[in-house]
Amino acid sequence: MDFRYLPMTENDKKDMLKAIGVDSSDELFSDIPKDILLKEPLKLKKPVSEAELKRELTQMANKNYNLTEYTSFLGAGVYDHFIPSVVDHVISRSEFYTAYTPYQPEISQGGLQAIFEFQTMISELTGLPIANSSMYDGGTSLAEAVTLSAGQTRRKKVLVSKTVHPESREVIETYARGQHIDVIEIDYKDGVTDLEQLEAHLDETIAGVVIQYPNFFGQIEPMAKINKLIKNDKKTMFIVSSNPLALGFLTPPAEFGADIVVGDTQVFGIPTQFGGPHCGYFATTKKLMRKVPGRLVGQTVDEEGKRGFVLTLQAREQHIRRDKATSNICSNQALNALASAVAMSSIGKHGIKKMTLLNMKKARYAKQKIQDLGVDIAFSGPFFNEFVIKLPKSVSEVNDYLLEKGIIGGYDLQTVYPELKNHMLVAVTEVRTKEEIDTFVKELGVVLNG
Amino acid sequence: MANKDFPLIFERSKEGRVSYSLPELDVPEVDLSEEFSDEYIRQTPPELPELSELELMRHYTALSTRNFGVDSGFYPLGSCTMKYNPKINEDIARLPGFSHIHPYQHPKTVQGALEMMYDMQQHLKEITGMYEISLQPAAGAHGEWSGLMMIRAFHEANGDFKRTKVIVPDSAHGTNPASATVAGFESVTVKSNENGLVDLDDLKRVVGEDTAALMLTNPNTLGLFETEILEMKKIVHEAGGRLYYDGANLNAIMGYARPGDMGFDVVHLNLHKTFSGPHGGGGPGSGPIGVTKELEPFLPKPVIVKNEDGYTFDYDRPQSIGRVKPYYGNFSIYLRAYTYIRTLGAEGLKKVSEYAVMNANYVMRKLESVYELPYKQHCKHEFVLSGKKQKKLGVRTLDIAKRLLDYEYHPPTIYFPLNVEEAMMIEPPETETKETLDGFIDTMLTIADEVENNPEIVQEAPHTTVVKRLDETLAARKPVLRYIKED
Repeated sequence: MDFRYLPMTENDKKDMLKAIGVDSSDELFSDIPKDILLKEPLKLKKPVSEAELKRELTQMANKNYNLTEYTSFLGAGVYDHFIPSVVDHVISRSEFYTAYTPYQPEISQGGLQAIFEFQTMISELTGLPIANSSMYDGGTSLAEAVTLSAGQTRRKKVLVSKTVHPESREVIETYARGQHIDVIEIDYKDGVTDLEQLEAHLDETIAGVVIQYPNFFGQIEPMAKINKLIKNDKKTMFIVSSNPLALGFLTPPAEFGADIVVGDTQVFGIPTQFGGPHCGYFATTKKLMRKVPGRLVGQTVDEEGKRGFVLTLQAREQHIRRDKATSNICSNQALNALASAVAMSSIGKHGIKKMTLLNMKKARYAKQKIQDLGVDIAFSGPFFNEFVIKLPKSVSEVNDYLLEKGIIGGYDLQTVYPELKNHMLVAVTEVRTKEEIDTFVKELGVVLNG
Repeated sequence: MANKDFPLIFERSKEGRVSYSLPELDVPEVDLSEEFSDEYIRQTPPELPELSELELMRHYTALSTRNFGVDSGFYPLGSCTMKYNPKINEDIARLPGFSHIHPYQHPKTVQGALEMMYDMQQHLKEITGMYEISLQPAAGAHGEWSGLMMIRAFHEANGDFKRTKVIVPDSAHGTNPASATVAGFESVTVKSNENGLVDLDDLKRVVGEDTAALMLTNPNTLGLFETEILEMKKIVHEAGGRLYYDGANLNAIMGYARPGDMGFDVVHLNLHKTFSGPHGGGGPGSGPIGVTKELEPFLPKPVIVKNEDGYTFDYDRPQSIGRVKPYYGNFSIYLRAYTYIRTLGAEGLKKVSEYAVMNANYVMRKLESVYELPYKQHCKHEFVLSGKKQKKLGVRTLDIAKRLLDYEYHPPTIYFPLNVEEAMMIEPPETETKETLDGFIDTMLTIADEVENNPEIVQEAPHTTVVKRLDETLAARKPVLRYIKED
């Protein structure tokens, strides 16, 4: 069979083997011990032509219920937002997506500058002066923040609110085990971190406190009070995980004293794509600049004084520090950071506020309509674009019904919070229309009263 | 224009321009000040740029022309496997049925995605010879750390808490020792011998009852096959340690040999390298791990299972190291890799390795008379030259790399391996033509000539790029990591 990615002709091959000084390419593999040299071809599916493969994989894709055909109220950390067309046109430029990490800055100015701009946008949203070039996702970024706090304070205990995304908490657990860090979870009360319990656990052994803002239930944590409690000990770090879109409306975490702010920029220009790749961000203070994990792009000048960009402060990183490095991250999410930068540029300084307000107003409309059905709203505090409802039936039963009506219902909280039986986390973004919300509420009424 | 700074997007911004298009509010107005005190409402807007849609496109299009990818030209960057990134992969990843599905949808609504993941695992099992695969790790380094965490969990499950050390060859990539540290181990270096392979005597010296694992790439970072791999396996296993395979160099041996058959216990793959990525300018990647049967219980959770109702996730994994990443890994990246594997099949993948190895040997033999070749045997998919001779003439490998930019090539890897002085790690992937390789060879020979006859032109390179050599010391000494508006 001919393969369109393999250009060597038989003549090329003959000439090259001759130049190498061997009779056959097998000789080039003669250093592999006979005992392990494969005798049989690998048992894989047969190669397929482009047209056939496209057909097969399109059919496979069509087996999935996708968000362009179903109306979704599912969020819980991954959101269905509008993606401007410009985003895909930019990231489809192969000068960007077929490049490697910009180790040769003179021919990578495009990618480097785009990331420098991304760092600036994250810094603007979080209110912190330093942002890195990206992390794998919000969850691992948060775990790296935790290990950074332990390393910096030389303490081995962190407090994590139970209102932090459950999967991020699981990732923190795994990373913490590697570093022998104790993770203590703090309960919640009326949908936000229990301040009394937090206060009771705070002492001079705590490296950092992890809070999500808005939290997993969509609720706004009492940031000012939390910071006051944390800062009773000046070493303990305030680590905040934030949906960066919400920061278009909410006061930036830095203004509440956050030392590290992380999160996921999936909300800006990155499709849900079954959970990945998304794009973590990591922002911090000047003081921690030399402790930041991952790559940083910095501005400098060339020999003629012209502005240019390079990867900088690399002494922090694994390829220089090796076993002394505090993080092992190498590849990150550059192309997705680019996608988010394009989306943030498209939304712009004032558009972001409009976008957050659309999310918030639509969510409040949905909440009111659901409340009008006689359904309880679980938590009473201020929220962003997600809220928790308490149903008289199991969420899975309700969602099964909604699915028949072309609706993907909210997240079943009971699966990770056993105490929240029949509680659904409902997300409403700017892409949901009034009509879709009305239909959702109507069908919810049918299944609950039927 | 030439000397004028290229503008930042913020410098193109003008108050009042928009490139967004948001729907009109179709629900009743709400007064949010009743819900939020001023303390929680942002008072100054974030300084995001304001541009029209065309201005935005021009900015990013101009940036793209200041960037170099595989589609721009030859990219023999060692250890990175910069092969062609097929376009069908991009199209498949963008099908709405794959790109617009939510990780928390009920498994019955994402059977196509789960079927692909399951089948991908079957393919990777066969390619690596491992017992089971997890697609969760996000990149190579993440796979390394996940694999080491599993090895640790395995030893601890056996009541063995004294294994605190991970052995790493001196030629290894920096992520290896860094991953060991992040997984809570101490790393110990094992030396290479005069043939560029792991020194077995040194291995015997460093191995012991505190050995948790030996991390190895095979072929190694010098592009050489570790011919004593079975003996190494014996040494490490007899000491109670486990063998970790860094899959960065798998492109050399597909269809010829499998890490599972070599005795490796844990393997990670770099799908963005071997399986056509793309690299995205530094990610996102995908770093699945494969394990032997004895390590299978420790895999990250959830794992995919197939039963009479179709495919679903199994979270009930009491010995699992836990989650290493939210959701199920970089789905749309391993989807691209799956598309690649299905395009080539067993026959194509073996040819990939055959040609990758042939290309590397060809370029190596053509350059060895002019550049020092520290290890003379056949290489696999890449090889390492030393710029020692050129250094004596006052020209560093860095200069040669920069001179290659003038000839419109991406230079080889030069910052490692650390055990070769003035190293140039060259990897000419299988997707390149003989003409391209010949052009590169000629250029390398021309540069060697320049080093002898006109060294300044090399030392002062690059001459043709949009910026000249950049002051990295300044960047590190006075860090400017974001744009600040000048008033």
